[in-house]
Amino acid sequence: MAERKIKVIIAKPGLDGHDRGAKVIARALVEAGMEVVYLGLQQTPEAIVRAAVEEDADVVGLSILSGAHMANFRKVRELMEAAGLGDRLLTGGGIIPTKDQDKLKGLGVEKVFGPGDDLQEIVEYIRRNARRAAA
Amino acid sequence: MSKTSNAAWKKKYENSGLREADFTSISGRPLQPLYTREDLADFDPETGLGLPGDYPYTRGVHPSMYRGKLWTMRQFAGMGTPDQTNERYRFLLEKGQTGLSVAFDNPTLYGCDSDHALAAGEVGKTGVAVDTLADMERLFAGIPLDRVSTSMTINAPAAWIFAMFLANAEKRGIPFATLRGTLQNDILKEYIAQKEWIFPPEPHLRLITDLMAFCAAEVPQWNTISISGYHIREAGSTAGQELAFTLADGFCYVEHALAAGLDIEDFAPRLSFFFNSHLDFFEEIAKMRAARRIWARAMREKYKAKNPRSWLCRFHVQTAGCSLTAQQPEINIVRTALEALAGVLGGCQSLHTNSMDEALALPSEKAVEIALRTQQIIAFESGVASVIDPLGGSYYVEKLTNGLEEEAERYFRKIDELGGVVKAIELGFFQREITRAAYEYQMALSRKKKFHVGVNDFVNSGQTLEIPLLEIDEAVERDQVAFLQRTRSERDNGAVREALEALKQAAAGGRNLMPPLLECARRYATLGETSAALTAVFGEYREQPFY
Repeated sequence: MAERKIKVIIAKPGLDGHDRGAKVIARALVEAGMEVVYLGLQQTPEAIVRAAVEEDADVVGLSILSGAHMANFRKVRELMEAAGLGDRLLTGGGIIPTKDQDKLKGLGVEKVFGPGDDLQEIVEYIRRNARRAAA
Repeated sequence: MSKTSNAAWKKKYENSGLREADFTSISGRPLQPLYTREDLADFDPETGLGLPGDYPYTRGVHPSMYRGKLWTMRQFAGMGTPDQTNERYRFLLEKGQTGLSVAFDNPTLYGCDSDHALAAGEVGKTGVAVDTLADMERLFAGIPLDRVSTSMTINAPAAWIFAMFLANAEKRGIPFATLRGTLQNDILKEYIAQKEWIFPPEPHLRLITDLMAFCAAEVPQWNTISISGYHIREAGSTAGQELAFTLADGFCYVEHALAAGLDIEDFAPRLSFFFNSHLDFFEEIAKMRAARRIWARAMREKYKAKNPRSWLCRFHVQTAGCSLTAQQPEINIVRTALEALAGVLGGCQSLHTNSMDEALALPSEKAVEIALRTQQIIAFESGVASVIDPLGGSYYVEKLTNGLEEEAERYFRKIDELGGVVKAIELGFFQREITRAAYEYQMALSRKKKFHVGVNDFVNSGQTLEIPLLEIDEAVERDQVAFLQRTRSERDNGAVREALEALKQAAAGGRNLMPPLLECARRYATLGETSAALTAVFGEYREQPFY
């Protein structure tokens, strides 16, 4: 049986229109053989997790350049746990100070990416850490 | 220099052994190793350049340029509550800054109040929160609005933020005629790049035209719109796309205003522009020179403006935020200095230099001071401000300027074929062009065809470098929401409802919306209430997500 493609939800939560990074990553993940569902702008944490459930996503990626990363990652993580998606990878990127990256680790968001991070490195991280669907 | 000697040089060049490197511009433009008179064989400097302050203004919009008046050093700033931002403004004015530039937070940019559900976590984060006239009063407390020019980066709700600004001036007894400044108010590039809109394009364009008509009569020194390429570039476009899409947006605004019956000489002199200055030094300078020439020709030849002031492409420049790196942030000072120098050699009217820490957070006071000092070094130490358009006549710069103009003309034809700017937005044309360019650049970095020092080469491994970052306290949101709720409870709510109702009626009809917006502001209607009243009439806009 062919291996199921890694399925990634990418979303921009809150009121932040900076979608260059989200779109570039979405394309790079598709080129790397993954399936990407890009939800677009102004997504609420509820809508993002609802989509993750419906799509049975392996990975949820949030792109936040507005400074609202702590509130959004915290809320999405909580809702994922509540929806039984605690084993799925939550990651993301944006303008996120090192100090906050450490705090995010406490929420189970092990790694987030920032300006200048290599596309290949991001793709590999997701490939290594995505939950694999039980075959 | 004859053709034969050129050919002889070419032979020597080809035999001399070349570095392994990608000799294209950052936008992917192929570059020759050398430019000579032959490259300008068809170019007539009389008609193509003119003199500074003369048509077609390639060499600058003023006859004396920086000998007459240096560019305005205008640092974009805003964070936290209006009181905190007011403090930053006083700091910048004290350090020798010559104009103010307001950065609003995301909820304000979307026309939402600070207690809106989507605002959670965003209040005061990337700019200052403004909910009502009471916040505008706090923001400019003690600042002489009739003597300092103020730029406001606001688009979708620009008309009702400006109404609050005017209501504040009115309360302080400052005549509208003495107010100087700029509203960004450029909604087209929001659909194209930055994605901060409220309504569909047509009602937004009506609001812009209403504001132009109102200002022509009441606030004559105000720049009603700053037609912006900055965000288009930040979203990943090339230099040529930035130039073409920005000027195409400008033509679209002119056509809308003319269709609404405005006289071109009343509004065109108050149109201004805003360009990015990226890392590719000469390409950026050429882009700015080309912008002046294209705009002047179109305004004179196509739109038949008679007053030379209507032909001028006056612009603000900001160094490229997207060129800054989180890695080795101190070296961003050098990038910003080069980009700022390009802006000055390109003939900008005002300039913002980014701070070294902006790939990590909002800038700290120290970082902002260095950024401002960078401009002062260019202005007062480097000597570049002593001679007008010092690169004019350079074979390379003139050839590049011509090349960028030709690229823009090709895009204008394409946009016309698609049915104009609004249609092209609805078709996703600009968005796709930019997304493709952004991806190609990222791949070029990944494949090391292009370089970013400290990122894909010259990396300091294992270094955890810490510079002090500005933090926005979580208490800002609580304080701002509490202040908003107090304002709501202390105002005359009957009077607010009445003003909002009058606004809805005006929106449903065809009257100029500025007077009813001003009345809403005077009565302390909130930003969000005003947005909701207009949305009830105009509807909302949603973009189909794609990548």
